[in-house]
Amino acid sequence: MSTAAHADTGHHLEHHQDHTGAKIGMWLFLFTELLMFGSLFLVYSDYRMQFPADFHYSASTLDPLVGTINTLILLTSSLTMALAIAALDRNRHRVAVRLMGVTIVLGGIFLINKYFEWSAKFAHDLYPGSETLSLMAEGERQFFNLYYAMTGLHGLHVLAGMIIIAVMLWLVARKPRQKYMLLDVKPARVALQDDSERNLLVLPAGEDLHEVHVTLVYEKHEELSRRHLIHLENTGLFWHLVDLIWIFLFPLFYLIT
Amino acid sequence: MSYGSAGNALPLNNFRTTKTRYSGIFAWIFSTDHKRIGILYLISILSFTSVAIVIGLLMRLELIAPGETIVKPETYNALFTLHGVIMIFLFVVPGLQAIFGNFFLPILIGARDVAFPRLNLLSWWCYMIGAFMAVLALFTGGGAPDTGWTFYVPYSVRTSTNVSLAVLGVFVLGFSSILTGLNFVTTVHRMRAPGMSWFRIPLFVWASYSTSWIQILATPVLAITVLLVAFERLFAIGIFDPASGGDPLMYQHLFWIYSHPAVYIMILPAMGVVSEILPTFARKPIFGYKAIAFSSLAIAFFGYLVWGHHMFTSGMSDTARWIFSLLTFLVAIPSAIKVFNWVATLYKGAIQMSPALLFTMAFIFLFSIGGLTGLIQGALATSIHTHDTYFVVGHFHYIIFGGTGFAFIAALLYWFPKMYGRLYRMKPMYIGWGLMFVGFNALYFPMLILGWMGMPRRYYDYIPEFHFWHVVSTIGSWILVSGIILIAVEFFRARKHGEIAGDNPWGGVTLEWHVPSPPPHENFDVIPQVTWDTYDFEHGLPEKTAEGASHP
Repeated sequence: MSTAAHADTGHHLEHHQDHTGAKIGMWLFLFTELLMFGSLFLVYSDYRMQFPADFHYSASTLDPLVGTINTLILLTSSLTMALAIAALDRNRHRVAVRLMGVTIVLGGIFLINKYFEWSAKFAHDLYPGSETLSLMAEGERQFFNLYYAMTGLHGLHVLAGMIIIAVMLWLVARKPRQKYMLLDVKPARVALQDDSERNLLVLPAGEDLHEVHVTLVYEKHEELSRRHLIHLENTGLFWHLVDLIWIFLFPLFYLIT
Repeated sequence: MSYGSAGNALPLNNFRTTKTRYSGIFAWIFSTDHKRIGILYLISILSFTSVAIVIGLLMRLELIAPGETIVKPETYNALFTLHGVIMIFLFVVPGLQAIFGNFFLPILIGARDVAFPRLNLLSWWCYMIGAFMAVLALFTGGGAPDTGWTFYVPYSVRTSTNVSLAVLGVFVLGFSSILTGLNFVTTVHRMRAPGMSWFRIPLFVWASYSTSWIQILATPVLAITVLLVAFERLFAIGIFDPASGGDPLMYQHLFWIYSHPAVYIMILPAMGVVSEILPTFARKPIFGYKAIAFSSLAIAFFGYLVWGHHMFTSGMSDTARWIFSLLTFLVAIPSAIKVFNWVATLYKGAIQMSPALLFTMAFIFLFSIGGLTGLIQGALATSIHTHDTYFVVGHFHYIIFGGTGFAFIAALLYWFPKMYGRLYRMKPMYIGWGLMFVGFNALYFPMLILGWMGMPRRYYDYIPEFHFWHVVSTIGSWILVSGIILIAVEFFRARKHGEIAGDNPWGGVTLEWHVPSPPPHENFDVIPQVTWDTYDFEHGLPEKTAEGASHP
């Protein structure tokens, strides 16, 4: 019976440690993001082919300086994100936490820039459904429709990324919990639980029980950061994707004039 | 043939009785056990489906005579939209994959759970939230959507009915589908038991794996498409509406880039179920294991490249049309490969009759009719004739109801004893099968005839020449539903009061028959060491592998 007990608890630990599995899952999710934005790029290329002149003209009304600054900001934030992962990998928690903080701030600055950019356009009565826009040529209207849809959806992804990084920051900065496993032996049954009272193993009544071996596991700071590392790596992957999509949005809307 | 009882009590320690952190209903709706999530899906999906069945009945009743019979034309538009939205997005897309995939995929590959159990639970919650948004759309805003399940622009952005909430519901449902897909792909890659090599995994797993890839790669396109429709309605971002310079054909392309692969999301797991049931009841290994496995992948691949055949009359270049037509014919090949292999599996088998096998045979028959009528629409010239007629409706229901629907019931009949530990009585199931088979053909075959005669689909009214076949079709719907009710009632009874089924009532060899019925909390006390090929009736039977037996 003791072998069964060992096998079972061992399984729970290995459950949380399949880094490759977690990576595969994340990459699959990134595929879905790529396909979603890919569809928008498809729509963009279709309309660009239909209305090349209108697209050229509309793109020239966007300010490439703001776009360039935002590109630099996002690229820098990708760097700080990658450094945060490297820091956590070396168990330097405080450095990692600070770098994550910088990443969030950079994401915030990007969004603030976007806010001013959009507000300026709104002030010129250039937004979907506005009167000025509805009097413009079809291609120009599609340009701004796509501009708002694509940068808006991208902005939502920046926001989502910031929230996820904030959660990771909180998790990494938090003091490690010690993990206890309680052994509860009653005449009727034997149960092994973790600190959240989740049953790791229950041997039902009627078992002919001779001996039970229990190994207590205390979680160390290093182990905790191992556990978070994979999550932070996946967070980083998402953040890089958001960055990468912007790298394509920037020339399509700001540079090709 | 009688299937013997094995004792008079269920195993005490099964996944339904396991104690968890929560109690009552919370022990289910917050459970990360893949089996409980499978049951959650079963209950929720069947609840929505029964509503859509009633709506279908009402539509048929309306069509029993020309002119207004029971509802107004506007109501009829809302009815066929609802029937489509519920059946497609809430039943057949998640259907087999979410219920039986969740319950059996981990067991079939010898795993204790899926790769991401919490994500799996989130996926069910997304399903419920999306479903409630879609249902809420019926009673709020400008009334029930009346666009048809395809939400074609420009009508969908101009109608005053509550399309916005409905498409946002579809968006959330998409999340559910994607999460299930990436979970299953990761599970199959990472969690196969030792010895469970790629060519030993059961064919249901192959089908489910292929389906998962389609879910991952196609659903995002639908997500962004319906999101753009919502943007258009809510923020006037008119990307598809011609009034604002948009291109409605663009919408159709994007919609079908998802929705054609989606019909393979609906049918592939059904094909997987058929490939599981046939060897068990023919008592011999499946014929052409690799051919069936690879044809699943081929269907998943070619399925992406045929969306244009929904748009033959929408205005595409001739080159695009014949290429899409050619690809449509190509995608029929892997399906045909499966059909031939299934029939060959039965040849010289020691066939043991059961309701599950009968439904499987009905699947092969009805799916073949559906497939062949599909080719008529895949050919450019005949497609012009049948386009937007009842022929399309008939063809689609032969594939999706005759195919997926019958396979769904077959799967339930086959795996019910494993899920609930109890057996149903055979007689009501046989009678129910007879009613369903007769009713089904009476309901849908007239549609093929009507379509060929020129009856357009989605019409509320028709000329007297079509009357006879509409009457036949409506009577068929009554026979069909009486069969469904008979089967449903027997399942309902058997889940509490059926005979104890025992571990392996059908004498199957795949891993689910190696664990108790219902299976314990984490399926296997000891992860099995797989040393035999799938469907190997000489070495794979549980009795002969006492080493891997899971009784503690």
